[in-house]
Parts: sequence; C-alpha cells; structure tokens
Amino acid sequence: MKEYMLIFRHEDAGKIVSPEQMQLWMQQTMDWLGSIAAKGKFEGKGNGLIFDDSKVVHHNKMVTNGPFGEIKETLGGYVIVKAESADEAAEFAKGCPVLQGEGNNVEVRRLAKDDGVH
Amino acid sequence: MEQQEIIPHLFRTEYRKIVSVLCRHFGFAQIEIAEDLASDTFVTAAQTWGIKGLPPNPTAWLYNVAKNKAKNYLQRNAVFENKISAEIQRISSELYETAIDLSPQNINDSQLQMMFAICHPAISAEAQIGLSLRILCGFGIEEIADAFLTNKETINKRLFRAKEKLREQNIRIELPGEAEIDARLAPVLTTIYLLFNEGYYSESRNKTLSRDLCLEAMRLCTMLVENRQTNKPTVNALLSLMCFHASRFEARINKNGEQVLYDEQDTSLWDPELISKGAYFLHCAASGTELSKYHLEATIAYWRTQKADTTEKWESVLHLYDRLLQIEYSPIAALNRTYVLSKVEGKQSAIIEAEKLNLTGNHFYFTLLGELYTGIDDKQAKLYFQKALSLAKTATDKQTIQKKIDTF
Repeated sequence: MKEYMLIFRHEDAGKIVSPEQMQLWMQQTMDWLGSIAAKGKFEGKGNGLIFDDSKVVHHNKMVTNGPFGEIKETLGGYVIVKAESADEAAEFAKGCPVLQGEGNNVEVRRLAKDDGVH
Repeated sequence: MEQQEIIPHLFRTEYRKIVSVLCRHFGFAQIEIAEDLASDTFVTAAQTWGIKGLPPNPTAWLYNVAKNKAKNYLQRNAVFENKISAEIQRISSELYETAIDLSPQNINDSQLQMMFAICHPAISAEAQIGLSLRILCGFGIEEIADAFLTNKETINKRLFRAKEKLREQNIRIELPGEAEIDARLAPVLTTIYLLFNEGYYSESRNKTLSRDLCLEAMRLCTMLVENRQTNKPTVNALLSLMCFHASRFEARINKNGEQVLYDEQDTSLWDPELISKGAYFLHCAASGTELSKYHLEATIAYWRTQKADTTEKWESVLHLYDRLLQIEYSPIAALNRTYVLSKVEGKQSAIIEAEKLNLTGNHFYFTLLGELYTGIDDKQAKLYFQKALSLAKTATDKQTIQKKIDTF
C-alpha cells in the first residue's frame, strides 16, 4: 500500500457564499473523508492551509507576505490517503467537493518513502 | 449543537460581532472591508474544519483567524499605500495586534455602538432595518430580500446607498452621550419595533425566517436592556411588548402555514415563559415618569395574553387605546379601539363610532364593519366583508376574509 497526497487547488477562494453553502462544503468534505476512512484508506494527516499570515521566501532569501494576488491558484489544503496505485488515489480524489468549483483541481502525488527506491 | 448546522449558526451569532468590532476599528469608511474579512473568516473555517474536524472552541478559532486577517489586511494596505520601511511596518503590526480587541466587553460595546450608527435618522427606516439585518443580525442578502418580498439586487442597492449615506454624513460609531441618549434611542427602538413587526406580520412563506426576524429584534432589545446606559423604561416596555406577542408564535400559524385568528388559537400553545418574561420587563418599564406608546402597547399585549372576556379586561384595554391614540394616532389603533368599544359598550355604539372613522381605503375598516354588523344585519355584514376582500392585498388577509364570508 502506498501513500498519496491529494492536494486541493482553488482558483478563486474569495467568492462570497452563504453560510449554508459553506456548511454544505464542510459537510461534504467530512463525508468524503469519512467514505475513504470507511475503506481503511485514510491516513488522517490532512489539514487546511491558512492563507493568513503566510510568507513567501524567494530564491534570494527575500521574504514577502503572501502569496497575495500574485498567483491565480492557491493551495487550500491536503489529505493523505492509502492506495494501491495512483489510479485508485485519483478515484478517491474524484469525490472531493473542492472539484465542484470551476477551475479548481486536486493534484494526486505519491509520497516518497524509505522503501529503498524513493 | 448539531454539527450539520454549526456554520450557519456561528455565522448568525459571530459574523455581526466580528463586523462590528472590525468596523469600529476601521471606521464606517471601510465597512465593506470589515464585511469581507468576516465572510472570508467563515470560508477559511469551512475549508479547514471540513478536513480537520471542528476545533475545540470554534468561536475562539474564528476570532483568531479574523484578527489575523485584519492584521494582514492592514499591513498589506500600509505597504501598498505608503511603501514604508520594514521597521515602521514591524511597529505598526504590533500596534494593530493590540488594537483589534475581540473581548466580550468590546464585542458588546461595538455592537451597541453599531446599532446607534445604523439607526441614524440620516437614512430611511427601510434602509435601517436592512442594514440592521445584515450587520447586526448576520442575515444573508437573499434572506433579507425574502423578508422584504423583493429581489437581491434591490436589497444590494438599498444597502449600498445606505452605507454611502452613512459615510457621507461621517456618522461615527459610538454611543451617544448621556444627554442625547433618549433622543437617539427613539429611532433605534423604532427600527427594532419595525424589525419585529416585519417578522410577526411577514408575508414571507418562510416561517423560520419570519420567526428569526422577531427573535433578532428581541435580542437587539435585550442588548440595550443589559447595558446600563441604555437600560431605560421605554426599552423595557418594548421588550415586554415583543415577549407577549412572541408567546403566541406556536399558536398563530397552523400546520399549513396559515394564520390562526386570535379567537381560534389553542391557548395551550402559548408560551408561559415568554408571557412571564413579558410581565417582568413590563414591571421594569414601570419606573420613571415617561409613558411611551411601547408602555401602552405592552399593557394591551399583556391583556391579550388573558383570554377570558372580563369587563375589567375590555375596559382597561379601551382606556389604553384611548391614551395610545392621544400619543400617536394610527388607523389600525383607531380600528382596534372601535373593536374594543364594541366589547365594552356593545355593537350598536361601536358602529356609530366606526362609521365616523371613514377609513374607506382600508380593508381592515370594512372587516371591522363586517364584524360589527354580524348578528345585527348579516346582509350588510356580508357586503362589508366583500368590500374588504376587494381591498385586501395579501394572500393571508384575503384568506381570512374569505373564511368570514363563507360563514354566512
């Protein structure tokens, strides 16, 4: 069993939505993770990434606040799942409520482990 | 708290607090920024809590994130506007950190001050209610549109213009001084009163929403009662009035969402707790020398919680209506007084009085005449009810009158 990180990318996080809509998203996320966990495939290391008080360190070690307005996409969060293959992990990702937002996507990346290969 | 409604619930209770505190900090000029930061805080919450689960103290979590968002906003803004040096940035960031104060005391103060700022005579009563719903009660634009039976665009425009006006007039977010507090309280109480009526007599099919309007009005009034400076007899009288009316929530709408007339209500559905609360606040309102229309209406409302038809009841109510009309004439009060008169002196003398009112554009007038003629001259009564039906505008009123006609 390998571990994959599902990374949520939001195109525009600044839209105004109703509290009921937010509640729905949250609920859907919980349900989605619950369904993965029910299969014993949830690693449980997910987190949301707080946008505030964030910094970008540039190659010359210059530190700026942000990223604010400089990039079109932002990372909203990630979870780690267990899967036999990237395809299986991608199947999990298909259920992610983040995908309901147009322009959003979920990136599936395998975690490097000490298996002598990676 | 059921998890499935936690965000809307917190939105309703915390959004307004965050907006009030931020707005007090930024000033009215930047009210949209305060609203955006507060909304944004909830979006972040929904995203993070979905993945991580609820934090142990969701409210504290929200305050923290809101504070950080505000701090970052101020910092960024300072950089954009002034391109100031890193040193000053550091100092100013510390300054902002201490300044945004989400302590219970400051939240309360900010909300009260906001209430006075929004209920400023500079803007129309309609706009005051709209802004109150948005900023003091955390209602969505759609809900406000629903409550006013209009569309989102109209509400957006109305709120936008109201905010512009408040900015133009440079209205400050502060409690008025001791000397002006009574004068400035009057429009605040009017807004709360209208907000309550908006819910109580709402035409909106959304029963929960209508009730929420009433509860919000009561909550705002409670805040005024809880503050030493604003805990005045008139405020207590208004709260008492709303408690008495609210006690009949369950009884006045049936399962099909139709209105149940007072006489047909199941009194076991009346809420005894709200009735005794009403009595308590009416007692508190009895201090001081001022007898406001809220006092009179609250006392009338008290008598309405006593269903038994006693002479004492109707004579007291008649007396109260007489005084109410002296303070402030309204066609509805005049009509109600005439109805009460029929209970005290009989239908014949009430008919004579009613015909003097001559409120021929008002369907309630003809409903009253229909009511008074019933049993005296049924043919005439039916004609009056038919006239009332032709003038009635809302579905609820039409339905009620039609039922009357059907009894002949």
